[in-house]
Amino acid sequence: MHGRAAIDVKGLKKDYGEVKALAGLDLVVESDQVFGLLGPNGAGKTTLISILTGLQKATAGECKVLGNPISERLASVKSRVGVCPQSGAIYQQLTGVENVVLFGRLYGLSKEESKNNANGLLARVGLESDAGRKAGTYSEGMKRRLSLVMALVHSPELTFLDEPTVGMDPQSRRAVWDIVRDQKGLGRTVVLTTHYMEEAEQLCDTVGIIDHGELIALGSPSGLISKYGKDDLEEVFIHLTGRGIREEI
Amino acid sequence: MRLNRLLPMLGVEIKKIVREPSALFIVLLFPVVLTLAFGSSFGGAGTSSVSYSVGVVDLDHSTWSAGLQAELTGTQILHLSAYQDLSAATPDLQQGRLSALLIIPSGFGASCQSYRDNPSNASSWVLANVSVYVDQGSIFASQAIGPVVSQTMTAYVAPDASAISMPVSLSQPQLVSGAKTTAFDVVAPGMFAFASIFLIMIVSGAFTASRDSGLLRRLSVTPITAGEFMSANVAAYMVLAAAQMALVFIVALAMGWTPSGGAQGVFLGVVLLLIFSACNVGFGLITATLAKSQSAATGLAFLFVLPQMFLGTFVGSMLGGTAAELGKFVPSYYVTDALTSVFVRGASVTSGAVVTDLLVVAVSSLVVLVAGVFLFQRYGSR
Repeated sequence: MHGRAAIDVKGLKKDYGEVKALAGLDLVVESDQVFGLLGPNGAGKTTLISILTGLQKATAGECKVLGNPISERLASVKSRVGVCPQSGAIYQQLTGVENVVLFGRLYGLSKEESKNNANGLLARVGLESDAGRKAGTYSEGMKRRLSLVMALVHSPELTFLDEPTVGMDPQSRRAVWDIVRDQKGLGRTVVLTTHYMEEAEQLCDTVGIIDHGELIALGSPSGLISKYGKDDLEEVFIHLTGRGIREEI
Repeated sequence: MRLNRLLPMLGVEIKKIVREPSALFIVLLFPVVLTLAFGSSFGGAGTSSVSYSVGVVDLDHSTWSAGLQAELTGTQILHLSAYQDLSAATPDLQQGRLSALLIIPSGFGASCQSYRDNPSNASSWVLANVSVYVDQGSIFASQAIGPVVSQTMTAYVAPDASAISMPVSLSQPQLVSGAKTTAFDVVAPGMFAFASIFLIMIVSGAFTASRDSGLLRRLSVTPITAGEFMSANVAAYMVLAAAQMALVFIVALAMGWTPSGGAQGVFLGVVLLLIFSACNVGFGLITATLAKSQSAATGLAFLFVLPQMFLGTFVGSMLGGTAAELGKFVPSYYVTDALTSVFVRGASVTSGAVVTDLLVVAVSSLVVLVAGVFLFQRYGSR
């Protein structure tokens, strides 16, 4: 698997009326790595992930996920991809383990497989003692961790994590980092968006910085720090995207 | 359509509904409370009739007028109390202490006697007009008392029941079975339709909540297809509707509901109400498509709930004129009509009117459900 593109994007455009969310973006994400997608608010990160997961259609351009054109939206490809959205997106009335088992079943696992994977992953993120409680009673941090487990229950080859640690305390954040590292250790690809530059430095093999719908930098965190002669990735990010405060589109 | 995805989704949707207290209240507890309230008010557990308080002003003071009052009391539906004149009784009627006021005119006895003396010679009859003032604040009293008086008077004045005319005007006494049919029996068919209508609120609320929380978007990136997801949801609400129906039927029977039509009638009722529930799921989906948020969905749901409730259920059956005509444009009207025909009027389930009602409900439900699924998938799911 190593060396093959998990994601291959060419000339990707997405317009919302007059607003160009993506302006001809080119990007290749190799397999077996953690890829960090960075950018200020409204840069086009969420739009890109929405297109890559089939939630939105591109205005123009080509887009392949795990070697398959995303336009085909094949169930066989969907079952190899995991998505942890920005919002919790969990069933509040179900228990933690029921949420995870459901998603395992939807991704084609048997009931037993789903339960086994759910129990293992819930324990990994520190939710084993709360697995039987309704998810609606969880704290926000617990919901985020549950949501992550729901995205990983079927052992996907490629996982999209949209700001997976936002609003988490340091302990929860570390638990998520451990899970992401586990995925890489298992030879899987993770694409995550984050506003935490320390997180990107800690977790990512490669980061891509996008702004105004274009890729403006690509490389390893250390490579980019070295290239731009800065002390850390945050300095690089500010250098490339400016100090102006951005708003979401 | 893959069952290994559809069935877990169905199970989850049922769990979701069962664990949502507000949904359980609206769909299960509310209809049960409604049935208990109507049953105890108009049917009465353990009794076969309901009693109304009726004032009587007897201006005739004859054995005939006394006899009529005895007959009315004998129905065990009307509890009579005497008043001197109209002005004495009016305050009690206006304040709801009386359900109706009966004025027996002077000459009533002479009129009855003239009929008895020569029943076939109308020219020899002495005419009299009995007036019934009904409490307009009680839709049930206004529906029930007039026919009971008519029926009793017919039986009293013309016991042979062969007369086609009498000196006292009487109309359609056969519409009321008196001691056998309670007001609860009459309103029960509309009440069953009424209960099902509230599925609209539950469905629209659940779908908008799933959309607002991002669950629908999340599910759309899994292998489950839109068809599988919608099928699981519709099936889950059908299960809920079946539970609601069973519960309401059982409570209604416990409260003295005595349906005609036997097992066939009950089977028709089950089929009809399940089909109608699918229609309400469709209206719920249309509401969810139109609503921007869950709270907006609750309000918008009344766009579909109120017309069906006021024009098509037991509420609508009390209306007349334009409202009655408008009722023909809502599916609940045909549900109530078919159930009334079978459960109250004693019509056969294969009679033309019932079959027509069933067809109208089936076709309109299919159209509404398909439209709801299409519109929600196309415009409402994101």
